[in-house]
Amino acid sequence: MSNWNESLHAAVQERFGDKLRRVDTPGVDELMLEVAPEDLLDVCRALRDEEPFQFEQLLDVCGVDYLAYGRTEWKTDEASATGFSRGVDRNPQHELGSPEHSDQMEKRFAVMYQLLSVSRNHRLGLRCWCPPEDPPVIPSLFPIWNSANWFEREAFDLFGILFEGHPDLRRILTDYGFVGHPFRKDFPLIGNVEVRFDPEKKRVIYQPVTIEPRTTVPKVIREDHQYVEGFKESSRDA
Amino acid sequence: MPDIQSYTMNFGPQHPAAHGVLRLILEMEGEVIRRVDPHVGLLHRATEKLAENKPYNHSIGYMDRLDYVSMMCNEHAYVMAIEKLAGVTPPVRAQYIRVMFDELTRLSNHLLWLGAHGLDIGAMTVFLYAFREREDIMDIYEAVSGARMHATYYRPGGVYRDLPDQMPKYEHSKWRSKKEVDRLNANREGSLLDFIESFADNFPQRVAEYETLLTDNRIWKQRTVGIAEVSPERALQLGFTGPMLRGSGIEWDLRKKQPYEVYDQMDFDIPVGRNGDCYDRYLVRIEEMRQSARIIKQCVKWLRENPGPVMLDDPKIVPPRRADMKESMEALIHHFKLFTEGYVLPKGEVYAAIEQPKGEFGIYLVSDGANKPYRVKIRPAGFAHLSAMDEMLKGHMLADAVAVIGTLDIVFGEIDR
Repeated sequence: MSNWNESLHAAVQERFGDKLRRVDTPGVDELMLEVAPEDLLDVCRALRDEEPFQFEQLLDVCGVDYLAYGRTEWKTDEASATGFSRGVDRNPQHELGSPEHSDQMEKRFAVMYQLLSVSRNHRLGLRCWCPPEDPPVIPSLFPIWNSANWFEREAFDLFGILFEGHPDLRRILTDYGFVGHPFRKDFPLIGNVEVRFDPEKKRVIYQPVTIEPRTTVPKVIREDHQYVEGFKESSRDA
Repeated sequence: MPDIQSYTMNFGPQHPAAHGVLRLILEMEGEVIRRVDPHVGLLHRATEKLAENKPYNHSIGYMDRLDYVSMMCNEHAYVMAIEKLAGVTPPVRAQYIRVMFDELTRLSNHLLWLGAHGLDIGAMTVFLYAFREREDIMDIYEAVSGARMHATYYRPGGVYRDLPDQMPKYEHSKWRSKKEVDRLNANREGSLLDFIESFADNFPQRVAEYETLLTDNRIWKQRTVGIAEVSPERALQLGFTGPMLRGSGIEWDLRKKQPYEVYDQMDFDIPVGRNGDCYDRYLVRIEEMRQSARIIKQCVKWLRENPGPVMLDDPKIVPPRRADMKESMEALIHHFKLFTEGYVLPKGEVYAAIEQPKGEFGIYLVSDGANKPYRVKIRPAGFAHLSAMDEMLKGHMLADAVAVIGTLDIVFGEIDR
């Protein structure tokens, strides 16, 4: 696989130059590139039609909200006297959700595209950062690959990313009349409203949630030695 | 000629032919469908968001509940994504077990599809036939994992445990006579592998039975031939994968083209359709069942001859054995660590895709170096297929709507997530 990725990357570099930046993860055998939103349509059209690429298929469109990226829920550098008491998060000003922080973010939303070429048998991940505005707007790939239709609707529904040029950008997975974009990191896991039958009004009503947010396992980030290159081999010898 | 007024019709969300909770808004002109607007999301459980809020291993069970008729295949993609990012490879025996169970799952999925598809368009008997074999597969699931459907059997680093030496047997009761029980237990005397082998040996004959009922059946052909034809170009454009793509004549199968685990060791063929209609997709899936039985037999043969570990010996990811914990302090520490906090994965992102019975099922995983995934995106095959429904149904009759729902092989667990 890796040889294909290298030759594909060489072809991409020759054709697009600096427009595409390589961002794949070390150790993972995949080619991932980053493209600016203004180049997205041209690059994608070329990737679909031109000879060395021929990506006939757009398999997936995935929104990502980087608001909480690299932020832990529990600082572990001190002893845990102030730790996670019974797992209940009682701090409403939680670091993850502070609105000031989200305004300052240069790059918050990204869209990840997965491309597949059936005729040449290779794959490509393409990431595009949305411009820093709310709501984020990015060109729709529907004219190039029709499969983008529902996947973009999904990303709009869950993240509030607007796809310019999409023919029918409606909510798709959430309920009729839903408010908010639930997969944003500042949307609480327990939601904002709950629904129940009101015996007095004799109908189903919405009301603010009555349960408490609860973190069962706090998120911690560790520099794990098992992933340091050469560590496993050396520990085995010892 | 009388003036025909077009009107809008609601179908579902509770409808026996909707295969779950699908709501369709059909714009009709008499009996002819002009536009279809599928409303999905009625089963949306935010699986991806839930997975982002728990340690990696806690979400394996959620994967079973996505496409709840091909449980182990979903687990496979998720576990593979974790393994890719952690940079570990499971032992070969575990890889063979995974391939074998993927194929058993494929049979189970196709059997349910065949039964339900048949039932929808008027072939009652085939449902009963298909569920007879599906029961055996459920028993295999149960023997190996303890659960008939939601197995949580695949784990990062291998599979939960090795194949059992004994196959559970039926017991006789006041509803089942001794003679009946003996007949049912005839191939359950040996190990699980013996049972799987006898199942796979008999299976092609069972497929022949389904084919007798359907393949040359005049009514079946009237309902499927020429319905919802998709050209290969459109199939690619619409993001079709799996049997939907192969039915349109494109030879594409991840198991052959981008083999994962030990699929490159297996000898099997990819069936391809010609016309891209419902009938061709039916034929493709029927042939896939035969090929799956072939793969299962090869796996059984290898697994018999090659005992070995089924789980990686890597205490940082794989929990220690219960017995070790009683003796070793190290094991106890690792156990505590893994079950309170879990393991962390290095920073990065990965896309792992497998050939699930319905098409390409992918997991896109973003990690920021924590013990929980930062983002999990599930790429369901059925989602892309269902989005093409408008195009496939345009100009067809109302009765063809159920034929198309059947041929799409949709399950709402994965579409709505």
